[in-house]
Amino acid sequence: MSKAKPLGGRIFTPTFMICLMITGFFIYFAAKRFIFGIGSIANLNDGFPWGIWIAYDVVVGSAFACGGYVMALMVYVLNKGEFHPLVRPALLASMFGYTLAGVSVFLDIGRYLNAYNLYLPWQMNFHSVMFEVAMCIGTYIFVLWLEFSPAFVEKWQLKNFGKILNRVVFALIALGVLLPTMHQSSLGTMMLMAGFKLDPLWHTSSLPLLFLLTALFMGFAMVIFEGTISSRVYDLGDETSMFSKISSIMTWILGFYLVIRFQNIFMRGEMGHAFSGSFLGNMFLLENLLLLIGLFILSSASNRSNPRALFIAAVAILLGGSLFRFNTYIIGFDPGTGWKYFPSVGEQVITYGLIAMEIAAYTLFVKIFPVFEVHKPVESNP
Amino acid sequence: MKIKRRDFLKGAAGSLALLSLDVDSSQARTVQALPPDAVGILYDSTLCVGCNACMPACKRANNMQPDFTGDQEVWDNPQDLSSDTLNIIKKFSNGTGEEKDSETDGYAFIKRQCLHCIDPSCVTACPVSALIKDESTGIVSYNKDACIGCRYCQVACPYNIPKFEWDSPYPEIVKCQLCSHLVEKGGISACCSACPTGASLFGKVSDLIIETRRRLQMKSGKVYDFPVSSLNSGKFHQYKAAKYVHHVYGREELGGTQVMYMSAIKYEKFGLPAFPKESFVSMASGIQYAIYKGMVYPLVVLAGLVFMVKKNKNTEEAENDQKRTDSEGGVS
Ligand code: SF4
Ligand code: SF4
Repeated sequence: MSKAKPLGGRIFTPTFMICLMITGFFIYFAAKRFIFGIGSIANLNDGFPWGIWIAYDVVVGSAFACGGYVMALMVYVLNKGEFHPLVRPALLASMFGYTLAGVSVFLDIGRYLNAYNLYLPWQMNFHSVMFEVAMCIGTYIFVLWLEFSPAFVEKWQLKNFGKILNRVVFALIALGVLLPTMHQSSLGTMMLMAGFKLDPLWHTSSLPLLFLLTALFMGFAMVIFEGTISSRVYDLGDETSMFSKISSIMTWILGFYLVIRFQNIFMRGEMGHAFSGSFLGNMFLLENLLLLIGLFILSSASNRSNPRALFIAAVAILLGGSLFRFNTYIIGFDPGTGWKYFPSVGEQVITYGLIAMEIAAYTLFVKIFPVFEVHKPVESNP
Repeated sequence: MKIKRRDFLKGAAGSLALLSLDVDSSQARTVQALPPDAVGILYDSTLCVGCNACMPACKRANNMQPDFTGDQEVWDNPQDLSSDTLNIIKKFSNGTGEEKDSETDGYAFIKRQCLHCIDPSCVTACPVSALIKDESTGIVSYNKDACIGCRYCQVACPYNIPKFEWDSPYPEIVKCQLCSHLVEKGGISACCSACPTGASLFGKVSDLIIETRRRLQMKSGKVYDFPVSSLNSGKFHQYKAAKYVHHVYGREELGGTQVMYMSAIKYEKFGLPAFPKESFVSMASGIQYAIYKGMVYPLVVLAGLVFMVKKNKNTEEAENDQKRTDSEGGVS
């Protein structure tokens, strides 16, 4: 079916070994958390009940993992078949991104053994944004593994499973587009409940839309970012033409986002606050400056076909989008009465560990499963 | 086919617009009303002498551990609400701190605890209904067997009330449950039983509201009867009425609360924020509710997506087959 092939090659590369080492530290802190409680490794407190495990691992991490979502949207819903080669690598990255966000949630929630209550109809609270997000993300992780499973089918020749899969694959792909649309916007709705605790630069009823748009352009930026690195590291050949097409779509979404963002701030009379020179005002400006840099670079057609410019723009956009999400969940959040929060070493190691696992698992999978299509002209084929 | 796709996109754009709309929450969701038999507390700061009798009484009634501050490990002296402290008397003081109930050079006390909101953010936030509001007493109680420990209730509570047992391997959320175990048996909350002055007064919320009106009409300096422990305890003390601020905190804040405050100094002085009448709950869950009500929108979108994916996937496969036969043809 697909033209993708396992890349093969050495598995225990230096990168892989470093990732394993960081994972080792992760295991130490995770064990400590389960034995002595969250307070033993984290600076979380009753004023800042959510820290980087939620803000980075889940809220930013899942936006980074939106590559699979946007590529499925492009190829299967908007019928842009030309991007097909990008779908599977993006799905793989999304699959690990979301799975590890799930792991992070498991470390973060205090009463993890009670998680089954989310699935008991008489316990479900349909008014709760958290309920919707938890259900959607939980289901989406499962959907991602199934969406990726054709790679397993091809690798292990699972004929029967493949047949079943082929019959339901439409529904899977459709769910794979619907679920992220739902929970990515709900991640924004989530912080509406924080009320006055969230600074007005971020507390707006447009948060759901802003979160959905950031998910979209960060998803595209991640496809470019990962794609550029993979095509260097694995020598996949030139994919710039595909990336430049993606980037022009991304530019439109980004432009639309920025218009809404500033119009919203203006309409609510918060422009003065934004330019007041205060810490939060500056964070707002920084977040949007990064996005504007990305937009500016990509507005020129020649930059869009230059791999280096594309890469820099993607990085700026990823940073800007992440900062927006960080600001909404931590930096712009102030419960009052003097609470402070800065992530502890333990919290950071857990996060680094999750990133390391993601990279290790990704590099492992592309070597043993058919993920990438190589576009390089194959050397003489008699 | 073309038209259908456009229709679908229109639908999608419609739901996008919904996402960004200021949904009129009063339509999207009915705001909770006060249950007729709701019980609560009226805390009158002007009557509180800061004896702290309510604090150990609360600990005893709820089997809570003492909370030590500083080097000593002898007596309970919490600095704020915590996972060991459900109820605390805090002191405002200014300048020389000599005169009671004066904003300058004075002092005053405030009792902090869960206010048992009429439209509680924590209850709306909790994904697994571990926090629920009793339909008759209105008490907001916690069920540790359902709680997953996500702490959304902490983020959502506008008064920063729910606390988390950060140092426990299997932590619980801790907050005042208005001694529901005592109320169930016809009793009253331990803090109000213990209060010697009647500053903490237990009663039916509707009756407490009448009592607040009576107090607001008192002439400051004149002596009146003030009930002790509960409105119908039959016990009274006589005090000179203070010069009340003409505002009962909790009467309307964010939809109102069942624990209410009266005071002779401004509530901001105690760190109690000035809130609008409408709760933040309505905003978030109004949007959420408008989109996900009955799951109609999501299912319509899903149906549209399945249709489009199926069509696109079929054409793609047909093209692939075409190419395959072409190239095979080329080779042979
Ligand atoms: S004060 Fe906070 S914890 Fe208490 S009912 Fe209201 S929202 Fe819930
Ligand atoms: S921490 Fe427990 S009680 Fe609070 S919202 Fe989460 S599940 Fe509900």
